[in-house]
Amino acid sequence: MYILIAGGGMVGANLARTLLSPKHGHAGHEVTLIEQRRDRFEKLESEFEHQVQHGDATELFVLERAGIARPPDIVVAATGDDEDNMVICQISREKYGVAKVIARVNDPRNQAHFDLLGISPTVCATSNIMALIEHEVPEHDLIHLLELRNENLEIVEVQIDKHAPCAGKVLDKLRLPEGARVITVLRNGQAETVNGGFKLEPGDQVLAILQPGKEDELREVLLKE
Amino acid sequence: MKAIVIGCGRVGSNVAKKLNRDGWDVTVVDEREEALSRLGENWPGRFIVGHGMDIGVLRQAGIDDRDEPPAAMVVATDGDNTNIVIGQVAQKRFDINCVVVRLLDPARAEFYAARGLRVVCPTSNAISVLTDAVTSCEPRAAEKVPA
Repeated sequence: MYILIAGGGMVGANLARTLLSPKHGHAGHEVTLIEQRRDRFEKLESEFEHQVQHGDATELFVLERAGIARPPDIVVAATGDDEDNMVICQISREKYGVAKVIARVNDPRNQAHFDLLGISPTVCATSNIMALIEHEVPEHDLIHLLELRNENLEIVEVQIDKHAPCAGKVLDKLRLPEGARVITVLRNGQAETVNGGFKLEPGDQVLAILQPGKEDELREVLLKE
Repeated sequence: MKAIVIGCGRVGSNVAKKLNRDGWDVTVVDEREEALSRLGENWPGRFIVGHGMDIGVLRQAGIDDRDEPPAAMVVATDGDNTNIVIGQVAQKRFDINCVVVRLLDPARAEFYAARGLRVVCPTSNAISVLTDAVTSCEPRAAEKVPA
């Protein structure tokens, strides 16, 4: 595969290093790394030689010099500037027909802009770490398991303890938020197939699919009502 | 009529002042507080310190004002990519009718203009004005003009 990586910082350089590493078991990858800063570029050049190019990856001639017109199988926009990453992805996909773009999100507040411009998938270290913390902290009774950003849906896990008002109730009797569905209930480590007559018990973990933003309504119904 | 100007540099500040003189109700946004001084003493419009990519700042500037939404927005920060993103956010998310974006790079200007963004590229303008000026020079009798 031909992979073009914009941004030679920690993320971009290590991606290139890993993709090119024979130990990685993906021999045959071709990688071009683009770095804007002269000092960084010179360090990278001693390691990556012709596989790193100097320039601003939001400039069309820089992208073209790096072979964007072939086009690459994947473009990774991994610079430290979110606006640059958005522009790199838009140009790659819409001008040069790159089928797959992956963008790094530096500031999670910019996630909405990436979504608005249809740039997906995105990777945000802060959001990922936050999700892991949520998973660890017991106070977080509702855990985000998966976000289906394009579909505007997410899958969450809710822990039902013995004080939860929904314990002992059947699913049909719960006033779930509009559009929310219980997918399955994990009981004693087993996934149960559920229907409207399924009765929740303390210790259950409810997996539900719903629209982002409806978490509080769901929490209200399952844990507080 | 309300207008928002993002970026209060040489271009943004003068656009804001001109619109204000023409009777617009102008709100200017810039990251640097010092940029306010470019608007002169007694600037009658609003000035908000913040980054134009920050939705909170855009809201503070009245981008989603229900009573009187802004009729126009000028995006002229010193970063082309910043302008591209802010312009698209204003157009696609907040449905502002007239969004004008200043881009210095002619290549990106051409690409985004083709995608429906209203782009002004001073570099392209300078290039055509300068080449026109050269080609319209009257040659002196002794000089040969290349064919």
